[in-house]
Amino acid sequence: MASPLIRCFSKVGRQVSRPWSVCQHGLRNRSTQPDMSAEQAAALGVTYPPLQTYSEEEGMMRDAVNKFAQERLAPFVSKMDENSLMDPEVIKSLFEQGLMGIEIDPEYGGTGSTFFSSILVIEELAKVDASVAVLCDIQNTLINTLFTKLGTAAQKERYLSRLSTDMVGSFCLSEAESGSDAFSLKTRADKHGDYYVINGSKMWISNAEQAGVFLVMANVDPSAGHRGITCFIVDRDTEGLQIGKKENKLGLRASSTCPLNLDNIKVPEKNVLGQIGHGYKYAIGMLNEGRIGIAAQMLGLAQGCFDQAVPYTRQRVQFGKRIFDFQAMQHQIAHVATQIEAARLLTYNAARLKEAGRPFIKEACMAKYFTSEVATLTTSKCIEWMGGVGFTKDYPVEKYYRDCKIGTIYEGTTNIQLSTMAKFIDKEYDH
Amino acid sequence: MSRVLVGVKRVIDYAVKIRVKPDQSGVVTDGVKHSMNPFCEIAVEEAVKLKEKKFIKEVVAVSCGPSQVTETIRTALAMGCDRGIHVEVSGKDYEAMGPLQISKIFAALAKKEEASLVILGKQAIDDDCNQTGQMTAALLDWPQGTFASEVTIDGETVKVVREIDGGLETIKISMPAVLTADLRLNTPRYATLPNIMKAKKKKIANMKPADLGVDMVSRVEVLRVDEPPTRLAGVKVETVDDLVAKLKANGTI
Repeated sequence: MASPLIRCFSKVGRQVSRPWSVCQHGLRNRSTQPDMSAEQAAALGVTYPPLQTYSEEEGMMRDAVNKFAQERLAPFVSKMDENSLMDPEVIKSLFEQGLMGIEIDPEYGGTGSTFFSSILVIEELAKVDASVAVLCDIQNTLINTLFTKLGTAAQKERYLSRLSTDMVGSFCLSEAESGSDAFSLKTRADKHGDYYVINGSKMWISNAEQAGVFLVMANVDPSAGHRGITCFIVDRDTEGLQIGKKENKLGLRASSTCPLNLDNIKVPEKNVLGQIGHGYKYAIGMLNEGRIGIAAQMLGLAQGCFDQAVPYTRQRVQFGKRIFDFQAMQHQIAHVATQIEAARLLTYNAARLKEAGRPFIKEACMAKYFTSEVATLTTSKCIEWMGGVGFTKDYPVEKYYRDCKIGTIYEGTTNIQLSTMAKFIDKEYDH
Repeated sequence: MSRVLVGVKRVIDYAVKIRVKPDQSGVVTDGVKHSMNPFCEIAVEEAVKLKEKKFIKEVVAVSCGPSQVTETIRTALAMGCDRGIHVEVSGKDYEAMGPLQISKIFAALAKKEEASLVILGKQAIDDDCNQTGQMTAALLDWPQGTFASEVTIDGETVKVVREIDGGLETIKISMPAVLTADLRLNTPRYATLPNIMKAKKKKIANMKPADLGVDMVSRVEVLRVDEPPTRLAGVKVETVDDLVAKLKANGTI
């Protein structure tokens, strides 16, 4: 690499382009169409409105979170990434805005809205910071949903109101020896009268540093294979629960990812979530929904990155014209925009299918697989379009590039998504 | 101590690049993003704050215009207003609508609702008129505290710190009164998601200007709208003498 050459380029680049913080302004809603609410569509007699149609409530929520994210979260992003630490102020403001209990019933202090609203919220947060988006996603699509669907009245009473107001949750399935092969997990739960003793260790646990409650998947009966897996509610202050040092990651650095050690921890019987031995079903069920949330995160990431890069191409002049005006650039930009649009439609449709109670698993896999690939393509191209400055930490695109990589890996690797889709496709041709 | 009326105007969003219509009759509004006037947001925030401090019981958000303004009223409800009033104005009347008509509507509503305060933004970012608050006060024969950067209620009087050209001016006016919000009065809150959900249940009443006895006929006719002239490049000079010579040469001094 010819360093003097690069230094020269970046110096010129800096004179032309706006610095980081200014780039963030004016990142408002970039849609060319004004939104049409579902009510307006119905009034116009449009029976099958396009996917980009939102109820008035969804539209207002999306605009409120968009504004909040661009104005209140954006200033923290760079520092959180550098220090690999989520600012407690940020987490507090997420709770204050009601973003951590979107589907939770207002009687437990939640917002009482819909799954699609959560998807829009995650997308808007991811446009600014994928780490904040994933914190919000895990809380809403995994933790809150598990408690709401499976919790006894007492468990809901105890936990849901905390989850919507001040407590973060973590979902603990993966172990060092079981990632994609989740059901071969080794953490054991041995019954002793009215309590269980859990032993084992978990890995790659997101939100671990901040969580007040952990949903731990452990096997009560290894001889039964996966049919022994049970979901346990473990409070942070449980004796024997050790949260290991967080991983030093390539991307999503502000999101804490830690190993967990469970050393003879005692968990009362009443802390079993759902039924004994049904944990594997719950895990699959939740991950099917969670994957739409991750799709929304990758979608927001791609869009946010794109929104940063295109204004630069419209400003930067070389050979007497804007670099946007070169046909090669236009074709690349249009291609990426198309991919993002397709990713958006896959994600929104999967979300609407789930809300409608229709089969959605294949579509959810497609959404997660496709958006994570699109995020990878988009961020890579955006750095290229911004040239030398795209490669520096002064500009935000390199962070999006590092953050997108986890998209193809977590909550079901791309290979797992493809195999799952193939199983469905196989069945479709069964008659 | 009861009710405050807050005016909220739906304007083109501040971040949008404005374009003049080809027929020069106005600016392009079709398909363009609109939102609540920033000074109106500050007015809403102040009214909601007064309610939280228990100086007033009810905040009513009012907007005049076609059906789309209900979105703006809903945003005000999501920020904490109790109910809304939508004064329906559309078509030619809406295009010609200006401070005179609005202030008549607000004056009529202030009397009808028995409001103790009418709080408006100091001006709208689309027409920059800065007249509605003042006209409303005159029509009602109420005192006015305009360009307010600080508002304190003390019994039946209001202390208003106003931002004026020379600095800050503090006045004490009796209620009922009209206040207009300036930039530094407060920082508007974000509508939290639970409040957006609650806003769905709050009522928005509909009425027409005729119901309030207001005629919408405009006394102003817009002849033409132009874009501002493109800014020309400047000229660099070496010394102060050169500067003076150049200014003299082009007739500036």
